Amino acid sequence: MSESLTFHYDVDGEDFTSAGQASVQVKKNLRRLGIAPEIIRQVSIAMYEGEINMVIHAGGGKADVIVSEDKIEIILADHGPGIADIELAMQEGYSTAPDSVRSLGFGAGMGLPNMKRYMDEMTIDSTVGVGTTIKMTVYLNR
Amino acid sequence: MTVNELVEKCGFKAVSMPRPEREIDGCYIGDLLSWVMGRAQEDSVWITIMSNINIIAVATLTDVSCIILAEGVTVDSEIIKVALEKGVNILLSDKRTYETAVAVHELI
Ligand SMILES: Nc1ncnc2c1ncn2[C@@H]1O[C@H](COP(=O)(O)OP(=O)(O)OP(=O)(O)O)[C@@H](O)[C@H]1O
Ligand SMILES: [Mg+2]
Repeated sequence: MSESLTFHYDVDGEDFTSAGQASVQVKKNLRRLGIAPEIIRQVSIAMYEGEINMVIHAGGGKADVIVSEDKIEIILADHGPGIADIELAMQEGYSTAPDSVRSLGFGAGMGLPNMKRYMDEMTIDSTVGVGTTIKMTVYLNR
Repeated sequence: MTVNELVEKCGFKAVSMPRPEREIDGCYIGDLLSWVMGRAQEDSVWITIMSNINIIAVATLTDVSCIILAEGVTVDSEIIKVALEKGVNILLSDKRTYETAVAVHELI
């Protein structure tokens, strides 16, 4: 595979029942490409956490997964409220999730820490009132 | 130990078992989904009382061998339908979470 391959997903902010479907689809696509199972697991879990965050905290957004020879990149972009204090948001246990989603099992404040742990690199670019873009990378053949 | 054998030996009720021959290795207990995402190992049994649709994606992405809904928790038929489509095994246990885990532990 010499050229990169991009998978694009629109993440619906309204439909909670289908949340996570982009991640499940990414998992399938990576399997078809013959990516190592452990990498697939890391990428799809990180993607899920980001996807769910866009649904819960930002009213939806867009996700791009770019697969190239040496790495997989995930770019999650939304036009939600933004994150005022990124350092605080990254702390385990910090959550502003409403009760309605806590009763479904979300809101432990572990999503962003999981994303960081499962991926090799992660950057968060966020402006209050404008939106959030998260870029995550995992390197292949290490 | 396979999921099918676990059902036979523990008396759990299989409401979705598209992959009965999946091997079981380990167990994770938890209801907070991003804890499960961060900690559950591939092929584990996942014991929980969460029965909403989001558990299907969590089970798919973590590659657990089955979900066991403990404490007599039940699950909607629509969710069972999705689980069957996605290849996710779901078992029901009338036992408490602790007793359910002990029963699993005795077999694996
Ligand atoms: N895309 C986003 N837009 C705005 N705020 C966000 C976004 N993603 C995360 N946040 C903020 O960061 C906090 C921490 O996110 P994190 O994913 O770690 O936890 P959570 O989503 O609240 O709970 P969990 O992921 O454990 O279900 C959120 O509660 C929210 O305040
Ligand atoms: Mg989250």
